[in-house]
Amino acid sequence: MYEGVLQNLIDELGMLPGVGPKSAQRIAFHLLAAEPADVKRLAHALLEVKDKVRFCRVCGNVAAEEECRICRDTRRDTHVICVVEESKDVVAIEKTREFRGRYHVLGGAISPIDGVGPDDLRIRELMTRLADGRVTELIIATDPNLEGEATATYLARLVKPMGLKVTRLASGLPVGGDLEYADEVTLGRAFEGRRLLDV
Amino acid sequence: MYVAHLSLTDFRSYDTADLGLEPGVTAFVGPNGQGKTNLVEALGYVATQSSHRVATDAPLVRHGAARAIVRCVVVRDDRRALVELEINPGKANRARLNRSPISRARDAVGLLRTVLFAPEDLAMVKGDPSERRRYLDDLLVARTPRFAGVRADYDRVLKQRGALLRTAAQARRGGRSGRRAENDAGFAAAGAGDPLSTLEVWDAHLARYGAELLAARLELVEALRPLVAASYAALAPDSAPAGLVYRGTLPGDAPDAGDGEGAADTGHGADPADRSVLEKRLREALAEVRSAELERGVTLVGPHRDDLFLGLGDLPARGYASHGESWSFALALRLAAYDLLRADGGDPVLILDDVFAELDSRRRRRLAEIVAPAEQVLITAAVPADVPPELAGARFDVTEGSVGRVR
Repeated sequence: MYEGVLQNLIDELGMLPGVGPKSAQRIAFHLLAAEPADVKRLAHALLEVKDKVRFCRVCGNVAAEEECRICRDTRRDTHVICVVEESKDVVAIEKTREFRGRYHVLGGAISPIDGVGPDDLRIRELMTRLADGRVTELIIATDPNLEGEATATYLARLVKPMGLKVTRLASGLPVGGDLEYADEVTLGRAFEGRRLLDV
Repeated sequence: MYVAHLSLTDFRSYDTADLGLEPGVTAFVGPNGQGKTNLVEALGYVATQSSHRVATDAPLVRHGAARAIVRCVVVRDDRRALVELEINPGKANRARLNRSPISRARDAVGLLRTVLFAPEDLAMVKGDPSERRRYLDDLLVARTPRFAGVRADYDRVLKQRGALLRTAAQARRGGRSGRRAENDAGFAAAGAGDPLSTLEVWDAHLARYGAELLAARLELVEALRPLVAASYAALAPDSAPAGLVYRGTLPGDAPDAGDGEGAADTGHGADPADRSVLEKRLREALAEVRSAELERGVTLVGPHRDDLFLGLGDLPARGYASHGESWSFALALRLAAYDLLRADGGDPVLILDDVFAELDSRRRRRLAEIVAPAEQVLITAAVPADVPPELAGARFDVTEGSVGRVR
């Protein structure tokens, strides 16, 4: 244990994801040795991010203004919405440059253990977006784990009466990989989701 | 398959141990508490990455050490493989195969296959249904590793669903006045806002994984039934015939209760293990018990509440079987597992941990005759006289944590 403020800093750092006690200590001592100007800049950035970054009024993605960059972009297809759990999933999909529609960020997945139900996610906002009938396809891109699958099933049931096309991202083998290296669960899923080879 | 070499570092009572083994029979003999079982437990751990004695890994590491290491050379069809496992309690284990790391330690499961008989097996006959479910599921995983994933998924759905049921039960008791009023009309009409609105989703997932597990278990029980009956008859020829019946929580699943003979019909019509039929039936059953589930806050239907009924003639083995009969039944279950695994290819290593002391001389001899042809049999016994003469082979004496070869 260190004294007072230093230990406070270590404790705070240790609460960050992926930072254990050893790393927290290392970062704390790094900051202690750093130039005051550098530390001020970091502190400023931390405060600013809480202050200035907000969430898009439409899709819930992180944004610098009322609406995020993607929702403001008039060239994007307004007929397709891709539903993801977190803003970082938007970034991941954007990197593919495959998808030209818009997003909807739920802010998590249904998980009763963590006390997260549909009310805690931005599902109501999604229903409002779908209400005007302009959207023709909903792509559900929640994580391929149990909670993500449950959220996907829930959404699919909820929007079913609206009569739009609901799709789910495929799960299976990684591209460019070897079949022999796939674990049994992934390979099993890939078998389940096999498709007709159209030639 | 056989183990040609075993070495331990900081495993249980051993700081180090190093022994060469051969195909055929090997006995580890020594007084109680000297570390015989620790040797075979280490091999069992390499095979399944769980211990047959404890549920957590911490006791496997020698007191004061940070980690335990088990190394063994497994020979299969004349090919030698060095399997190394580092046991880190509370953290992920690490595994290496022929000195190269395996990315996930779980993937090392199955490189060595064992069937382990131990005094703890008696709980399969005398203990709670959970012991018998574990027997079935462990065997499923040993035969088809994919089921480790199915079982984990199923357990996770159970937890999530349980949490939801408890929340809903609390909301019921506390009354949920005004909760709905906050929602806008369209959303509320769709049933959201109510904790139960997601219950159907979890029902669907529970039914899906549950049906997969259930179908596999039913198929397994079908395969085991004749093997268990044959092994039991060989061990205890004068006893009533042994029968297995899968007792499901699905309504109409159990045939005539208490009838060990009526085993063949599990009552699902054409194909008892048809997944889509089971899935549908599970969902129907869940709908039926819903109000009781909300009352109690637990999932009442599904493979996690099923049992494997063990019968001797018309009577259940549990409660009616003598000590010797119970032991013979437990052995028959393990022998059947051995038969199945052997039929899949790759003769598993048979481990008999302190089992002969519990049997009379006739059953000893029968068991010895059955296991003698196996490629490798490892036996632990407190005194040399406990090892039947049919199983004379190599012998190690184990005293105070040191292992020495006698012959």
